Amino acid sequence: MNAAVPPPPLLEIAGLHAEIAGSRVLQGVGFTVPAAGVTALLGRNGVGKTTTVRAVLGLLPDGGRVTAGTVTLAGEDITGEPTHVTVRRGVGYAPEDRGVFAQLTVAENLKLAERPGSAHHYDLVHDLFPELRARRAQRAGSLSGGQQQMVAIARTLLNDNRLVIVDEPTKGLAPRVVTEVAEVLQRASHRVPLLLVEQNLALVRRLARDAVVLDAGRTVHTGPAAELLADRELTTALLGVGARPGHATTPSGGAA
Amino acid sequence: MTVTSAPTTAPAPGETGPPGRARRRALRPAAVPAAVFLLLALLPYSALEVPVLLDGPLNAPGSLQLLALCLVFAGLALGYDLMFGRTGLLSFGHALYIAGGAYGTRLAMTEWGLTLVPAALLTLLLGTLAAVVLGAISLRTLALGGIGFAMVTLAFAQAGSLLVGRNPGGLTGGEEGLPLHAAGVPEAFVGVANTVHVYWLALGYLTLVAAVVWGVTARPVGRVWQAIRDNEQRVAVLGRDPFRYKLGAFVLASALAVLGGAVHLLVTAGATPHSSTPTFTLTLLVMVVLGGSGTRWGPVVGGALFTFLDQRLAAFADVAEPLLVLGTLFVLAVYAAPGGLVSLRARRRGRTA
Amino acid sequence: MDTFVLLTLTGFGLGALYFLIASGLALIFGLMDVLNFAHGAFLTVAAYTAWATADAVSGMGGLLLAALVGTATGVALAVAVEFVLIRRLYGRPKEQILVTVGLSLAVPAAVQTLAGADARTFPVPDALAGTVGVLGAQVPVNRFALIGVALAVLIGVRLFLDRTRYGLVVRAGVEDRAMVTALGVDVTRAFTVVFALGGALAGLAGVLGGLYFGSLSPHQGTGLLVFAFVVVVIGGLGSLTGVALAALAVGLTQQYANYYAGGYGDLAVVALLAAVVLARPVPGAPRAAERLRRLLPAPPAARTEGGRA
Repeated sequence: MNAAVPPPPLLEIAGLHAEIAGSRVLQGVGFTVPAAGVTALLGRNGVGKTTTVRAVLGLLPDGGRVTAGTVTLAGEDITGEPTHVTVRRGVGYAPEDRGVFAQLTVAENLKLAERPGSAHHYDLVHDLFPELRARRAQRAGSLSGGQQQMVAIARTLLNDNRLVIVDEPTKGLAPRVVTEVAEVLQRASHRVPLLLVEQNLALVRRLARDAVVLDAGRTVHTGPAAELLADRELTTALLGVGARPGHATTPSGGAA
Repeated sequence: MTVTSAPTTAPAPGETGPPGRARRRALRPAAVPAAVFLLLALLPYSALEVPVLLDGPLNAPGSLQLLALCLVFAGLALGYDLMFGRTGLLSFGHALYIAGGAYGTRLAMTEWGLTLVPAALLTLLLGTLAAVVLGAISLRTLALGGIGFAMVTLAFAQAGSLLVGRNPGGLTGGEEGLPLHAAGVPEAFVGVANTVHVYWLALGYLTLVAAVVWGVTARPVGRVWQAIRDNEQRVAVLGRDPFRYKLGAFVLASALAVLGGAVHLLVTAGATPHSSTPTFTLTLLVMVVLGGSGTRWGPVVGGALFTFLDQRLAAFADVAEPLLVLGTLFVLAVYAAPGGLVSLRARRRGRTA
Repeated sequence: MDTFVLLTLTGFGLGALYFLIASGLALIFGLMDVLNFAHGAFLTVAAYTAWATADAVSGMGGLLLAALVGTATGVALAVAVEFVLIRRLYGRPKEQILVTVGLSLAVPAAVQTLAGADARTFPVPDALAGTVGVLGAQVPVNRFALIGVALAVLIGVRLFLDRTRYGLVVRAGVEDRAMVTALGVDVTRAFTVVFALGGALAGLAGVLGGLYFGSLSPHQGTGLLVFAFVVVVIGGLGSLTGVALAALAVGLTQQYANYYAGGYGDLAVVALLAAVVLARPVPGAPRAAERLRRLLPAPPAARTEGGRA
């Protein structure tokens, strides 16, 4: 391979259109996720961030479908592929509602995430989340919101992944827990590239290298995260909030 | 959920557009049913021979009786579709109300000495009350999680069916069913010579059901039903109580079924325990899906065609078990024509246009 | 007293039969949202193949072979139906139900065409034909066979769900199927496994039904299916033990009411169902006390407050 050619992006989304129950939720989403660091997917509520992520994974709800566009993972077209096939290519996913199985124990939640053909890094998971080891026999439904989020993230780190997608990990969490989650995500980002959907701009400032902004189902901005967040006018215009410093521990909510 | 979200082929009245076109559009949906009605009403005056399909000429009592049965089932299927296709409620207990209408009318005539019309009206009243109570209980299970409604309506219907079969106090005649009691029935509906009147009664029933179902679904309440079918949460968010609307659809459909049971009693000259079985409801479901659920004509076509085949398959194909053929046909239809027969026509029209 | 004992043990036997049918239904519905109306048809066909086997090979060995053949028939039918018909309609639950409805009409009609409409006597080996004295009651031996098999099935299925990877996938899938696929699990394979398991239990129920009733007919399965639905609604989809308890409650209610309430056991079961449905709180809906308070006239100030909330 010629070293002068830049490596292809890890994930490439081009011209993605999707509709759910007849309404066009995505009308031209396109961006790339590089093979290292954290890429933040930003935008006001309801602009299609979660739908974009779910479309990538083939997880649109009943009545939803991708109508146009392509999703490429490491040079291979994965548009419309069954979810489990995409995931087995090495994609970890922690959904917005955490997707923790309430009736299963913590250990069973992790066991279910074990993928054949991958090493299972229980040492890493227990190092990052010592609490989960102590609570392994507890039903996940009886955990606190923060602990459930830990389970969700732990499941994505258990296997060897090429990309981990995390959707609003700090939503509804207490400020102290937000800090914990941020630390975990930072440590995780050294091992695996992350695509992070987030409203908490302080968290984005701390973690993200690149940023993508959606509005009304379209990509409206891509570029380095620091540049975007430094431009107060731009963040206000795109996200509807002032990117005030000193809010590292407060969950945003200003975009509601 | 694709079956239920099959779009209505006929344009909804009152759609926006230039005034002239709107008037023409409003006229057309009325013109087709009027023509069909006229054709069906005048049919007994024709002595046309239809080889293979019918044994005798059109106006022979045998043919008229068969056609009357087709019309009744067209009406019953259309009424059932008010729940299934229009509101998205999958009930397996519709037979309870049809059998209730048949047995109730018969028993009100023999036990209380009423004549046909008061007996049918009294049964309609009692049946509607029963539908309010049982519908409220069944719909409660819907809130408990999805498909419980189907199971509970099925259980109620099964209880009714077992009760009919058990022949409590010798009232229902058990396995034999009950013959139509001639004393309370007007002369005009009794005897082979009067089959034509029974035929017109069946046509009248279908017309009534069509007027009610088509009329109500075109009103705002019909749009709420459709919204419930497509996305119930959205309706709840808009501040309307979906429960009331669903109960409304259930009760209205059940009332039409009770009335249909009374007409069925006259057409078949008796009440049969088969009309109370869950299988009876399943056949209605098959009719609606075969024809095209949630459409204007689908349930009507499906009901008439299914009944015709059910009655005639034995005659022209020597099939001992029509349900074997029809059940298989139905399974194939779910794959081949998910929108029903009506959608095939619409699809072909779309291709040629 | 002896009548009560007989009724109780017979109710247990009937409950065992309901449990075998309902547990498969609950698993299939819980995981796949498929309300399997063909379940009764599986049972019927299995009962007929078992009958043919038991008719050809007499004695206890014949019955065991028949149980094996019946179970295998149930598995084969269920897997075929899932693979050929249900799988294509993945994500379209209403159409899946419609297909099973079509089967529930066509299959008994096919059985009737092949085997005739009349009920047939199921050959019960001598070892299971007698009665045993329990607390002064003469209880047919086959009731104990039914109870024993149902207990073994309950334990076996519990072990399957709790101890195997497929069991884990099934339990997780009942909660959130999409999330299971998002962990890289091919959930459709679990569908086939669950359908096969349900088919096996339905097939076994067909054989035991023949034993319990002493006869079989083309519409036997459909009739039993309705009560299995009732059991599923009462027991819920969450736990197998819940289904087992509900099956027991339905079996006992039916037997007691049939004897003490003049043969209206079926109606008593439906009354039980209605009572359970009404007693269960609807999630998100106001409770009875709250609703009652809303109906009562409230002072104007309180009313505006309530309106705002």
